[in-house]
Amino acid sequence: MKKLNLLFLALLSYVSVYAQGGDVEMADTLRSSGKIYVVVLTIAIVFVGLAIYLFTIDRRLKKIEKNS
Amino acid sequence: MNFIYQTWWKVAAILLVLYTLIAGLLLPVPRLFLLHETIRNLYFHVPMWMGMLTVFVVSVFYSVMYLRTGDEKHDLAAVECVNVGLVFFALGLVTGMLWAKYTWGEYWSGDPKQNCAAIAFLLYCAYMVLRNSMDEEQKRARIAAVYNIFAFPIMIVLIFVLPRMTDSLHPGNGGNPAFGKLDLDNHMRIVLYPAFVGWSFIALWIATLRYRIRLIEYNRNIIN
Repeated sequence: MKKLNLLFLALLSYVSVYAQGGDVEMADTLRSSGKIYVVVLTIAIVFVGLAIYLFTIDRRLKKIEKNS
Repeated sequence: MNFIYQTWWKVAAILLVLYTLIAGLLLPVPRLFLLHETIRNLYFHVPMWMGMLTVFVVSVFYSVMYLRTGDEKHDLAAVECVNVGLVFFALGLVTGMLWAKYTWGEYWSGDPKQNCAAIAFLLYCAYMVLRNSMDEEQKRARIAAVYNIFAFPIMIVLIFVLPRMTDSLHPGNGGNPAFGKLDLDNHMRIVLYPAFVGWSFIALWIATLRYRIRLIEYNRNIIN
């Protein structure tokens, strides 16, 4: 029984290590080199472009609605 | 209906999503086994479903309004909402598949969540097929409205209820802890919730654009 308890305790400690994930691999180097900002900017530009496109469609529709 | 011609909420939606694009990539996230950086997908995959839900709810509202008033414009609004909802549905499915490939191992592993979502997708495709197969306008609008009202709760059950009652790999289902309890800390909420609102209104915006085009076509047909 004692051994089982010990095993259970050992397993539990493993779970806590697992959950903390001290050495989970993340994009730390990408972030430290600063190049992630290039990606963020690219995504932002693409999205802003699409947004402007949507606004122009909206404006054009407004014009057509006024005429008809 | 004056709301759909106003600009402020469109600008707000764009700003909200722009914020989540930047903050979602730069703010710290929990370090979790298996997920690694893909946990950031939460900011971009889940809002697709939120956007889909929003336009589907609006479409059900307009289907009910059509049955109550018989105004053909309500029918047009319902159809265009479903159209945009299907686009967001497909985006949600595809982004989910990509995420699954790197966390579950396969693009499609026959997971209950995936299968049920696929069935719900077909359910709404059937709506478009059904509506386009009829020529008589009033009959078409009425049958489509009734179908839409029934399809919505079935979609909810398929995507959000059934997978939770069985074992599913998807977070929040089966025996898995939901993102809401263990993994989703408050750092993630400040990006996730604005993403929900932003994408919902963008979906709604696209639906209003499509509705306005339909309205012009509809008015032209009446004159001719």
